[in-house]
Amino acid sequence: MSSLPQILFLLVLGGAGYLLYRRISFLRKTIMLGKQVSRTDHPKERWKTMMLVAFGQKKMFKRLAPALLHLVIYFSFIVINLEVLEFIIDGIAGTHRIFAPVLAGFYTVAINIFEILAMGVLVSCVFFLLRRNITKVPRLSSSELKGWPKLDANLILWIEILLMLAILTMNATDQILAYRGVEKYIPLGGLWISGSMQWIFDGLSNNALLTLERFAWWFHIIGILAFAVYVTYSKHLHIFLSFPNTWYANLEPKGKMPNMDVVTREVKLMLGLQTEPSADEPAAAEAGRFGAKDVNDLTWVNIMNAFSCTECGRCTAECPANITGKKLSPRKIMMDTRDRAEEVSINMQAGKKGFDDGKSLLGDYISQEEINACTSCNACVEACPINIDPLAIILEMRRYTAMEESGSPAQWNAMFQNVETSFAPWKFAPSDRFNWASEINKDAK
Amino acid sequence: MSEKTYQVPTMAEKSASGESPEVLFWVGCAGSFDERYKAVTLAFVKILNKVGINFAVLGEEETCTGDPARRAGNEFLFQMQAMSNIQVLDSYQVKKIVTACPHCFNTLKNEYPALGGNYEVMHHSQFLQGLINEGKIVMKGGGGFRGKKITFHDSCFLGRANNVYEAPREVIRALDLELVEMKRCRTKGLCCGAGGAQMFKEPEKGRKDINIERTEEALQTGAGTVAVGCPFCLTMMADGVKNKEKEKEVNVLDLAELIAKDQGL
Repeated sequence: MSSLPQILFLLVLGGAGYLLYRRISFLRKTIMLGKQVSRTDHPKERWKTMMLVAFGQKKMFKRLAPALLHLVIYFSFIVINLEVLEFIIDGIAGTHRIFAPVLAGFYTVAINIFEILAMGVLVSCVFFLLRRNITKVPRLSSSELKGWPKLDANLILWIEILLMLAILTMNATDQILAYRGVEKYIPLGGLWISGSMQWIFDGLSNNALLTLERFAWWFHIIGILAFAVYVTYSKHLHIFLSFPNTWYANLEPKGKMPNMDVVTREVKLMLGLQTEPSADEPAAAEAGRFGAKDVNDLTWVNIMNAFSCTECGRCTAECPANITGKKLSPRKIMMDTRDRAEEVSINMQAGKKGFDDGKSLLGDYISQEEINACTSCNACVEACPINIDPLAIILEMRRYTAMEESGSPAQWNAMFQNVETSFAPWKFAPSDRFNWASEINKDAK
Repeated sequence: MSEKTYQVPTMAEKSASGESPEVLFWVGCAGSFDERYKAVTLAFVKILNKVGINFAVLGEEETCTGDPARRAGNEFLFQMQAMSNIQVLDSYQVKKIVTACPHCFNTLKNEYPALGGNYEVMHHSQFLQGLINEGKIVMKGGGGFRGKKITFHDSCFLGRANNVYEAPREVIRALDLELVEMKRCRTKGLCCGAGGAQMFKEPEKGRKDINIERTEEALQTGAGTVAVGCPFCLTMMADGVKNKEKEKEVNVLDLAELIAKDQGL
């Protein structure tokens, strides 16, 4: 009888571990649907970027109020999870507050800190719920968030609120029991926040308190484990993925587009700069298609970007096309990429067609109108708090459209023709290019 | 000054006389053909003459860098352009390039190296800032805008794309103008609407044109001059000002034009 809770606990822990393992393997496979790209150069700079942008949340602080609220939740998440260690040891060993005797006075200090942070999380989550649902910050109530994304965002906030309430309830009842001298419960000598809540539970019998305390304990630990599993299905994956996402981020100047080496080889052959492909280069036929039509034409970093996206919409709020009412939303580009990658991956896992399902990212998820509206101004890339690059995906789709489908807007096709024949995007005679110089001494004094 | 005539030497001429100029001025397509923007080319050349820089241009040998083709997705065309330009640049052993166009700047600086073209590339704002810092340009206050309000519109391809935010502002500060920033400036600067090859097509359907949104923001500063450092921005902002019927009160000028005016060139 006495070991039943321990067995139950191990089952819950093992179950959560199994679900997490399965989901993480799935995510890994899905991200690896993307093409290889090497992003391990300049490791020092990469660590620095990760520490500043992910760990230090540098880019969040472009907007102070949400940055502070987010910081409270983030910092508390890390610190309060230290307590989870104790939960797990207690759960397995059947002990209660195993660190209390070891840490003595410091234990009370630590629990007080956890409680203050828990209160901070509570307050922050309430503010976030208000911002999302009452004051309707524009970027948090746009049309692409209808349905699951909106529910996902609210669910997370409610779960966090409930988890924090569970901690405080647990501590409050735990301490009443301790001061009533109930066996196993250890008086901690004053917990400020849960202490001030004790009046709510004072009238209850020992048995009722014991039930409540145990309920809160189990609710909290199962809640945290369920949360961990839930996160892997949610936009909240950023709490883990923002770290690799910033580490593998593009370090080149934002204006630089990656060179297509397969095109370079062909152009060199055409210009007579190179007569035959060298042995170490793959033939053009192996290179697949030009640009991106579907997620497997993107790089694995693009797909990881999509799974790291928290749908905060800072990109879309800064996008000049979106601000002026065009269909493009960089956030939607990332959400579509994620949805399509997940769809293909689930299909493949179920032994179905995978990529040959008659659908593709460009066309079924993202329209030409969206990618044609982009000014490649990099506002979205700059705005992203975790260095996601929606522009890279847009530009790859333009490459596919122009080179595989000749489907660019008519005016761009005309521009291409001008560059080809007049060596300028406008139709001017190349021999007139230097005419401006004849004007230089016209009004010379 | 009456005998002063400005020179525009070409690389071909320089090379024929066995000279190698210190810097190549890459004029760009807008700088060569755009009726309004040609004035910027002329202003910059006059400054180069005045300061006595040993420069040259490619003249008829210059062609599009390929930037709009690449941004619109046509990698083949971009690389064709880039490789033939690199052949020309390398045949003259060009080491250093200055250009007033941030799109040319970005492509020459960041994208030509992958195709074998390695040059030191500067935007004219950086070049002008250098000349001011070295004392080679001393402001005269001849433009009649001392103390007047001016705002600077960041070009995306200079700012976010290449992190050049201060050079153009240093130039404006040297002119003793009161720089009033727009709310969206530097890393948060709003695009004029012409980047990513949008210059060469009509915008997609929407509520508003991007240049109008940006012009409204510029006008709100109360500045009489909107300074730019990009040919496309110049077109878009000038069109926006015209659309708002403010062209009599508000000038849209390139940094080189501001200096040329100050110097009475």
